[in-house]
Amino acid sequence: MSNRTDCGTRDHFHRRTLFKAAGAASALWLTPVAEQLARAAESQPRGTGAKSIIMLWMQGGPSQLETFDPKPGAAISYGTEAIDTAVPGIQLAKGLEPLAEIMQDISIVRSVTSKEGDHERAVYNGKTGFRPDPTLVHPSLGAVACSMLHDNVEIPRHVSILPGPFPARGGYLGDQYDAFKIYDPRKRIPDVTKRVSDERFKRRAKDLEILEANFQRRRIIRMNENKTLHETSIQAALKMMSSEQLKAFDVAEVPESERAPFGDHPFGRGCLAAARLIEVGVRCVEVTLNGWDTHANNHAGCKIQTDILGPAYASLIKYLKQRDLLKHTVVICGGEFGRTPRLNGIEGRDHWPHGFSICLSGGGIQGGRVVGETSPEPKMEKEHWDQNVADPHNVADIHATVLHALGIDFKRELQTPIQRPMIISQGSVIEELLA
Amino acid sequence: MWLRNLVFIGFCIAGFAAIAGGLLTAERVDEPSLAHPAQFQSDDFARQLRALNAEFETDWSEAGMAAAPRADDLTIARRISLGLTGTIPSLEEIRSLERQPPEQRIPWWLSHILEDRRYADYVAERLGRAYVGTEGGPFLVYRRRRFVMWLSDRLAENMPYDKLVRTLISDTGLWTDSPAVNFVTVTLDQNNDKGPDEIKLAARTSRAFLGMRIDCLQCHDDNLGTINLGSDADPVDGLQTHFHQLAAFYSSAKSTGRGIQDDRNREYKYQFLGAESEETVTPNVPFYPELLEQRGTRRQQLARWVTHTENRAFARATVNRAWAILFGRPLVEPVDDIPLAGDFPRGMDLLADDLIQHHYDLARLFRLIAMSRPFQNDSRADFEITSRHEDHWAVFPLVRLRPEQVAGSIQQASSLKTIDADAHIIKRLQKFGQQQNFVERYGDIGEDEFDDRGGTITQRLLMMNGNVVKERTEPNFVMNSSTRIAILAPDDETAVTTAFLAIFTRRPADEERSHFVDRLRGKKGYARQAAVEDLYWTLMNSTEFSWNH
Repeated sequence: MSNRTDCGTRDHFHRRTLFKAAGAASALWLTPVAEQLARAAESQPRGTGAKSIIMLWMQGGPSQLETFDPKPGAAISYGTEAIDTAVPGIQLAKGLEPLAEIMQDISIVRSVTSKEGDHERAVYNGKTGFRPDPTLVHPSLGAVACSMLHDNVEIPRHVSILPGPFPARGGYLGDQYDAFKIYDPRKRIPDVTKRVSDERFKRRAKDLEILEANFQRRRIIRMNENKTLHETSIQAALKMMSSEQLKAFDVAEVPESERAPFGDHPFGRGCLAAARLIEVGVRCVEVTLNGWDTHANNHAGCKIQTDILGPAYASLIKYLKQRDLLKHTVVICGGEFGRTPRLNGIEGRDHWPHGFSICLSGGGIQGGRVVGETSPEPKMEKEHWDQNVADPHNVADIHATVLHALGIDFKRELQTPIQRPMIISQGSVIEELLA
Repeated sequence: MWLRNLVFIGFCIAGFAAIAGGLLTAERVDEPSLAHPAQFQSDDFARQLRALNAEFETDWSEAGMAAAPRADDLTIARRISLGLTGTIPSLEEIRSLERQPPEQRIPWWLSHILEDRRYADYVAERLGRAYVGTEGGPFLVYRRRRFVMWLSDRLAENMPYDKLVRTLISDTGLWTDSPAVNFVTVTLDQNNDKGPDEIKLAARTSRAFLGMRIDCLQCHDDNLGTINLGSDADPVDGLQTHFHQLAAFYSSAKSTGRGIQDDRNREYKYQFLGAESEETVTPNVPFYPELLEQRGTRRQQLARWVTHTENRAFARATVNRAWAILFGRPLVEPVDDIPLAGDFPRGMDLLADDLIQHHYDLARLFRLIAMSRPFQNDSRADFEITSRHEDHWAVFPLVRLRPEQVAGSIQQASSLKTIDADAHIIKRLQKFGQQQNFVERYGDIGEDEFDDRGGTITQRLLMMNGNVVKERTEPNFVMNSSTRIAILAPDDETAVTTAFLAIFTRRPADEERSHFVDRLRGKKGYARQAAVEDLYWTLMNSTEFSWNH
């Protein structure tokens, strides 16, 4: 079988090694797009010291007014109160007290806009930085990071904890960059333990080579690399099965005193597992908190969600900071869109992509800053929507900023598998977030 | 006493002999009756098939590429079985197939499959995904399982497909008594009294029945010039009004105590982008307005327009989906994004014409595709195969099996008998129970079922270490064919060949045979059972098992 090709180790992916390997036709682990990415990485700008990403994905689209952009006293708040934070002048919605205490580590972009108001399309936009295109599937932010940056990790470098209906994908970079999905970290990681003795397992794996050789004979060239990724994923799976790094998934190992602040729920455990995974070198972890689609009873729904989010998010930042990991880890928190300023007839807020909030921390992103502003008295007529947001930034700007922090030259164009030139990100860096 | 013991021993020997016979002979595969192979011999069928093949042969010639030779019968039978029943042929089916005259094998096999209830059940599930998705839907008023069963019954009786779709769009009644209305009730929003969601229904209608993605028109006009609702000579840009006028056909649908009924007084209102306020939207079709008839309820009008014989979008969408079900990938990708005008891939219009001329006979459509050269081409060739050959269907494309196809294949391979409606209840329950969990873990991609994707680490872990493969291959004489083969096969070579047939639907190559016979040589008792278990595990973890080829 060929060497694994998905998650390169430093040995495999050292740039000079990479160039040697890229020039060799036998570099089986290198897909054409990955090869370009590797070359792109060679000329990457310096970045801000970020190495990893944690994406706290708020599935459903959280209300900005009940989270990171409260409008106390305004009609559109419908009674939602605001609280002061550790940074003078920045307020959060009541219910996010744990985050208020560490506001100096978190910045908020309150002026994010997009053109997607449907969940599936907006999630695609949020996770890839591109609007859906029927002719192409773009890679998610984590997939790009995994492709461009290399390390010594034996477990999947791109992980989705509690994946929602649209987990992060590798897109045109290849399925090998899809996020590895796990559910509540309280449960054992499924299917990583051999069911027979080592000797017997090795014999089985060896026998597999006979079958693979026969099957590949006279069929499509570079079957594994260009098509099936079968052997690649088997090699990666084998390496993962024997890795000590698997322990990072097991939050039960963490003392109760450290675990409790994250909260006794799957999202809290997911955040703790995410931090531990980053600690062992995983490149990108996505943790999903579902339940933000508050078309009915918005305020009550948000209260439930913020009670979960606040302690988990704050504990995550503290955990990373205590271990000196925050400066290398960009933590993003946001959903696919915000929610309407006005309540509907059943006290819900509907989809609103015309001004919502995304938070960023760490990895060279300065904390305690607010970018952009939304109006407390927005004009609801469609032709005036753009007047409600000061210093607007689209989702792609968030991606560009994070990619820049990671030192990735996001303006570079790649050739997709069908030779279509495609820029890594169409956005611009939000300079106010950088030092 | 000695007589009783003798009788008991006699029964045991007879039982073993019966099971052992199952390794080598067929027993209970019925001869197809309704869909007789003669159907394939009609002049009309043969003429259409020749024309279809000629289109592809011209394409290969123009593209300057050779095509692969025909695949062997067992490979073709496996493809048909995977596409139309979601599983691989059983050993007893293989034996029956091989008893047919060589020139009759594939027609016989197609008839056998199309008469099997597994075909109706499986294709109903595949179509159901396009009609109602995979989500649970609203409580009480939506019964997905009943809906899919209804679809399955219609497929089993080979109801003309246009009639089936008309029923879906326009049926009335309770979701339990008139299961077709679940197409509408799946969109009910129970948090308010708005009734069925016209917008979701319009999107489903355009995607599932017309093969067109016009969802973006829900929010705005087509600013990118990607939607042409006219012809090449006379293009018509997609407008927001097109989408909402289509949605307005569903506004008459109302949820009542008698289920879904039509109320002609219900209006559809929408506030268009840039408009000051909501306005009443009059139902209208986005193209071919001359085909719209004004009689009947709004939904009946829409249903007749969608399925009108001159509305070629409907026929093309049906062809594209049937092609995708058999091959695992459609003629036009994505499966529900076929342009209304323009150049269509080879085969598309010919098959669409045939479908219309033969009263939307879905079974005939499947037969034509399955008998065509693209479907019967080998995935191997003596020239270098590239993705370009696959794109032109000059070779059979390698396509990853869907999760339920892998699960179904594991279950079937673990049984020497066919797991169908006649199989033992324990086998069928076992299949049902294990399949759901496996599919979820393997990664069901829901409605995007024709996404061309490679394998993942999760899938490999599941196959190598998961419960299903373990339970279906470990020593268990009652439930697992691996154990039966280990105990009952008369020699090592028969054991290896039987395992290959049960799992790969082929016999081993010489190198494979000698290697695996060596693995079994001299082993007895538990060691032999474990060795066949290892063989099963190895075959099931190969690319060949997880990919259609």
